[in-house]
Amino acid sequence: MTDNYDVALVGAGHNGLVCATYLARAGKKVLVLEANTEPGGCAATREFAPGYSVSACAQWLNQLHPTVARDLALENHGLQWAARELASISLDVDGQHLTQRGDYVEGGNITAADSAAFRKFHAKTTRYAKLLARAFEARAPKLVESNLTDRLTLIKLGLGLKMMGRDDMSDLMRIILINMYDVMEENFDNAQLKGLLSLDSLLGSHMGPRTPSTVFGYLYRRVGEVFGHAGHAQVKGGMGALGQAMAASARAAGVEIRLSSAVASIDVDAGRVTGVTLADGEKISAGIVVSNADPITTFERLVGLRNLETDTARRVSQIRCTGGTAKLHLALNGLPVFTGLQERQLGQRLVIAPDMNYIERAFNAVKYKEYSTAPALDISIPTVHDAGLAPAGAHVLSAIVQFAPYAPQGGWEAHRETFTQLVVECIARYAPGIEQQIVASELLTPADLERDYGMTGGHWHHGELGMDQVLMMRPFPGATQYNAAFDGLYLCGAGAHPGGGVMGLAGRNAAREIIKRGAAA
Amino acid sequence: MKKYDAIVIGAGHNGLTNAAYLAKAGLDVAVLERNSYIGGATVSRELYKDWTYTNCSYVCSLLRPEIARDLELPRHGLQVVPYGGGVTFKRDGDYYGNYYDHNRQYREMSRHSKRDANAYERYTADVMKQTRLIRPFLLKRPPDPTSLKLRDLRDLADFAGSFMEMGERGLADTLKFWTKSVGDYLCEYFETDVIKAHLGGSGIIGTALGVFSPGTAYVLLHHYMGDVDGNVGSWGVARGGMGAVSGALAKSFQAFGGEIICDADVDRIVVRGGKATGVALKNGDEYHADVVVSNLDPKRTFLDVMDVQDLPAEVVSKAENFKIRGSSGKLNIALDGLPTFHGLDKSSPLMLGDMHFSDSLERIERAYDDWKDGTWSKDPYVDMLIPTQTDPSMAPPGKHMMTVFVQYAPPKINGGEWTDADKDGFEKSVIDQIAAHSPDFKDLILHCETRTPREIEAEVGLTEGNIFQGELTFDQLLFNRPFPGYAQYRGPVQGMYMCGSGTHPGGGVMAAPGANAAREILHDLRKPSTVPGGYADD
Amino acid sequence: MTTGSDDTMMLTTPFHSRIAAACELNSWGDWMGYTTPNAYTDVELEYFAVRNAAGVFDLTPMNKYRITGTDAEAYLNRLVTRDVSKIGIGRVGYTVWCDEAGQVMDDGTIFHLAENDYRICAYARATDWLHWSALGFDVTIEDETAEVAALAVQGPTSCAALTAMGLVGLDQLKPFGLTEFDFEGEPLVVSRTGFTGDLGYELWIAPHKAEALWDRLFESGEPYLIKPFGTHALEMARIEAGFLQAGVDFMPAEEVVRNGRSRSPFELGLGWLVDMDKSVFNGRRALQQELARGSRYRFAILDVDGNKPANHSFILKGNKQVGTVTSAAWCPTAKSNVAFAQIEMPYGAVGEELVAEIYYQRELHWTRVLAPCKVIDAPVFSHPRRRATPPGNF
Repeated sequence: MTDNYDVALVGAGHNGLVCATYLARAGKKVLVLEANTEPGGCAATREFAPGYSVSACAQWLNQLHPTVARDLALENHGLQWAARELASISLDVDGQHLTQRGDYVEGGNITAADSAAFRKFHAKTTRYAKLLARAFEARAPKLVESNLTDRLTLIKLGLGLKMMGRDDMSDLMRIILINMYDVMEENFDNAQLKGLLSLDSLLGSHMGPRTPSTVFGYLYRRVGEVFGHAGHAQVKGGMGALGQAMAASARAAGVEIRLSSAVASIDVDAGRVTGVTLADGEKISAGIVVSNADPITTFERLVGLRNLETDTARRVSQIRCTGGTAKLHLALNGLPVFTGLQERQLGQRLVIAPDMNYIERAFNAVKYKEYSTAPALDISIPTVHDAGLAPAGAHVLSAIVQFAPYAPQGGWEAHRETFTQLVVECIARYAPGIEQQIVASELLTPADLERDYGMTGGHWHHGELGMDQVLMMRPFPGATQYNAAFDGLYLCGAGAHPGGGVMGLAGRNAAREIIKRGAAA
Repeated sequence: MKKYDAIVIGAGHNGLTNAAYLAKAGLDVAVLERNSYIGGATVSRELYKDWTYTNCSYVCSLLRPEIARDLELPRHGLQVVPYGGGVTFKRDGDYYGNYYDHNRQYREMSRHSKRDANAYERYTADVMKQTRLIRPFLLKRPPDPTSLKLRDLRDLADFAGSFMEMGERGLADTLKFWTKSVGDYLCEYFETDVIKAHLGGSGIIGTALGVFSPGTAYVLLHHYMGDVDGNVGSWGVARGGMGAVSGALAKSFQAFGGEIICDADVDRIVVRGGKATGVALKNGDEYHADVVVSNLDPKRTFLDVMDVQDLPAEVVSKAENFKIRGSSGKLNIALDGLPTFHGLDKSSPLMLGDMHFSDSLERIERAYDDWKDGTWSKDPYVDMLIPTQTDPSMAPPGKHMMTVFVQYAPPKINGGEWTDADKDGFEKSVIDQIAAHSPDFKDLILHCETRTPREIEAEVGLTEGNIFQGELTFDQLLFNRPFPGYAQYRGPVQGMYMCGSGTHPGGGVMAAPGANAAREILHDLRKPSTVPGGYADD
Repeated sequence: MTTGSDDTMMLTTPFHSRIAAACELNSWGDWMGYTTPNAYTDVELEYFAVRNAAGVFDLTPMNKYRITGTDAEAYLNRLVTRDVSKIGIGRVGYTVWCDEAGQVMDDGTIFHLAENDYRICAYARATDWLHWSALGFDVTIEDETAEVAALAVQGPTSCAALTAMGLVGLDQLKPFGLTEFDFEGEPLVVSRTGFTGDLGYELWIAPHKAEALWDRLFESGEPYLIKPFGTHALEMARIEAGFLQAGVDFMPAEEVVRNGRSRSPFELGLGWLVDMDKSVFNGRRALQQELARGSRYRFAILDVDGNKPANHSFILKGNKQVGTVTSAAWCPTAKSNVAFAQIEMPYGAVGEELVAEIYYQRELHWTRVLAPCKVIDAPVFSHPRRRATPPGNF
């Protein structure tokens, strides 16, 4: 038995590190246990071929909450930016690319009417995103068994809604549950613009543009702008550097981080946690255990469903958490050439989503556990801004691929080559000749992401961001305010409110909840 | 030209209900109907000699019993007969059937899965909880959450109150139910494909969504919240076809002194000085009235029979953005005898109910993919009924009438209009699907009427042939139906109202929109309401 | 492929040929989809057969589930409120199980047949819940309702009648014990359990031996005045003995549609079945809260004045309605008028005097009676032979 900690925190992902830092600052003795050799979780840099590194999961930083960044003083702990305020460019096979930066769009034969409509749409959705941001900054209120804190949050949100004015309020209530496809059709004509925005609404999700609740997904992303991120940003050294900076900040606050220390179980007795047991058998006792792992991993693997009541076990088993997103990494011997794209534009965010039906068809496949034959892509060439990620003169291309199933018929090994080839061909339609530049490649399927980064189902958000699994429903009823099933057991990861994306809010909110409950925790 | 107190445009069931309640309050009311017959989509027609086709809506459950009783519809000739049964045929030759008797239903389900058979009991209880929550609001106008009026605040408090009563856990179940796809919802209970497919169909009927589209669990509820004689969730046929419903409503209306004018094709609602003053017909006739009520769907109402000049710009854009998607078609077939279906005895009570051939959710979802791609489903989902097994009045003895509701059929084929060749292709995909399970089916066909969204729109006037006058998705329910700010039956012009299925609580031959609208009209006219309140659920 | 609507027709138990022959009244009911006799000859006479000699009841339709596997005990311990590890091999335990809100889903008995081998008998169908509860456990769950035929033999001469049938040594079986005999080459499991509150046994056998068992039982039992009895007589006996009936005295929690209509074990007077020392079991968190906050209801056995059964009565305290009756009967052996009631807290403590508002009808004439009643601390029927081993000579 190791000496007593106040808090044992499972997983040094970004939310875990944020949570640990706040807890340590509040005077708790915190031990963070991480299975991998590096901290950061999904905020990781991965050397996928000798000399070639890339952000393994998330590749853009565009949602980190400013308070979290400030409180953790990340820039003092080594965080550097390779590029900020990047634009999104929706690629066109014929080179008529459409560029979006904030509320401004150009190219892609956009009409003046569409540009104006987009400005208006952007302003309106920013107002909606602000309201959502407020909801994200607090724990999700309970509705019936609400206490004072919950009622205050509800009143704040209610007032925020009312203050928006009648038109905005009724419009928000109308669109919040519906799909991007319809809202896009209501607002715009330009197919590329509609494709780009609808892809934003469903990245990392198991949804198509026609899936109701994708408007919520879009606003969810737009919250990043409310948090001060004008466009996408790229971290120097890859996302792993963010993880390192957070770990450094945590250590500075007094957090002890143990790497290569996989937790085998979260131990419980008579309705409360007692500590954790490591894979090597070491037992660590702690009155509070915080899990940064996804809810399914936490309850199914670490706590064990047999230690939960049946209703809770059932809810855990019913969490929708099947990923549909893959990641392709290409090591290139030179900078690729995209038709109609100037070299300076290659460092922007490049998107292949020519129209909404294209994405919808890509999504159709994954519904039946097949991969998209014409996938939608979110591409980054990080070496444009950060040469250190590849050998001199060489480059790295990283693409988020929608959609790839978690478990295709026959298993991934039967399809890995074909699918990699297919995605490369898809890119090559926009960047002819890129095939010849490829030195090495790596495809991370949802199954790979699950294995390497511990995300059940390979789902980026630790659980689908559907309306049935967000806000006061996240991750599942009975576990919505970070504490779940046992006294002293908390969730602080993307599976908890508000959800995935490198925001840091789940970690911060969880820490606040733990601190507030104090000894009662 | 004669001046009426009120004119109702469209003699569908909601128009007639609305008119009946206004006439009952002593108003001088006329209903104008474009066709030479009344009923709208609640109609029985002899399209083949000696056969009565219930050729649009075909079954009855949602019709509010309070209204049927209050307007004395039974005395005016309406008899609703429950039918029971129902079956989904599997590709492997087996089937899954639906029995009325609880224990027999359990045994039938147990043939497929004992676990599912038991889970069905939990499922039924859980769905009943949601049904009980929504039913009291069917005969009420939806509160406006943006309003600060006393009446709205009170209604809103009522509404919130019934949610709170469910408790934290119950409320979570409700939120889950209202936001989930019917497919995901059913997967939380059942393991057997055919059972999920049989139950899941109710989540998409009349809706341009797939079984895995969030929000469809609510559509399922919409099909469960009716009752026949207090048996919630049970369905029946109207003796003589659905025309019996509109026929009885018409007689009730006429008994209150109302007037029905057929072949009266309304060109526009006349607005003078910001007030509705009457309607002008295509033939030039004009009728005057202080109150004009549209039973047409919101698109037709605001974009067709009203002048853009008379409307606030936001109403025009809201009407343009209103989702009223054609997603279904219909085949009405006269049969020389009762067809034989593989594996099922002709005398089986399962034959009396709704029959389907989609034995997995995936097949239904793939049918939806075709719709998204702008074509009819090659392997469609059908909801098929042979009402002449229950109703002896609709076909000669020994002969039968079959109604086949088909999903999906898009309003346009790849962006273009339906052609006759498309219609034939659509018809063939349905007939072939049925024939694959019934060896003698094709030989028994005497006559087949095929209705794509094109025909439904042209004849009944439902935009895109949408049977609910607008999608039953959350952006278009309750205080959002048809659109925010106009969900209390009042139009944007004084004296102009809406009473169709495009208003709360939506479609499905409920007659509630018509009754609720009448209550609001009478409220504005400062007349005592003639509309009954809903029965309290026990 | 199996098809056929015949599978869905009303079921009969393996004893049906014998029951049909004995059922002179031809009065049938539906129990879980099985044709079951309400009464054979006369309800009163059947009831007295149970209390005075031996009665035989076909309980085959009772839902029976077999739980096997290395985690069987741990699984059951998480499922039910009692400590299952205290039910040794060859023992039977009565228990309830709850949902997460601590509301009773059902009551039933757990038979510990062998190591890692249990049978659970339940009023309601439980396949779905048992399977959900198996997440995380290495167990196999099998619905063996149709694979096991069962008879209850209840009453003072039951031991003698069964011994006469060849079950030698049965008198050594303790209450809630179970043992196995050979019956014509087939194992016959006998447990000393029942639903009548008297000396009695339950017999469990493969369906193909059911008729033979019935025949042998009635042949050997004849000198002991053995008689079959139906559900109506059972109802009288179980009320007299103070036994709750699921679906009558409480609603299985999963079937409850209206919030608040389910009950916790404490509210049903079954708190003695709840072992809060167990680290985890379904309902534990909620029941702990209930213990801290107090219950909403109290289960009360009422001794009602007069001889009019208080079925469906309201229970009053002064002018205030404080409860309702769930079961009621005139008890012929105890000569008392008993009612089970759900009383709102804080009313219904033992010894409290309340009033039952009874409505009864004679020759179409309805009468309202305000009958004083008193909460009693134990069932009105209890005989020492129920607990004695050997039970002695009737």
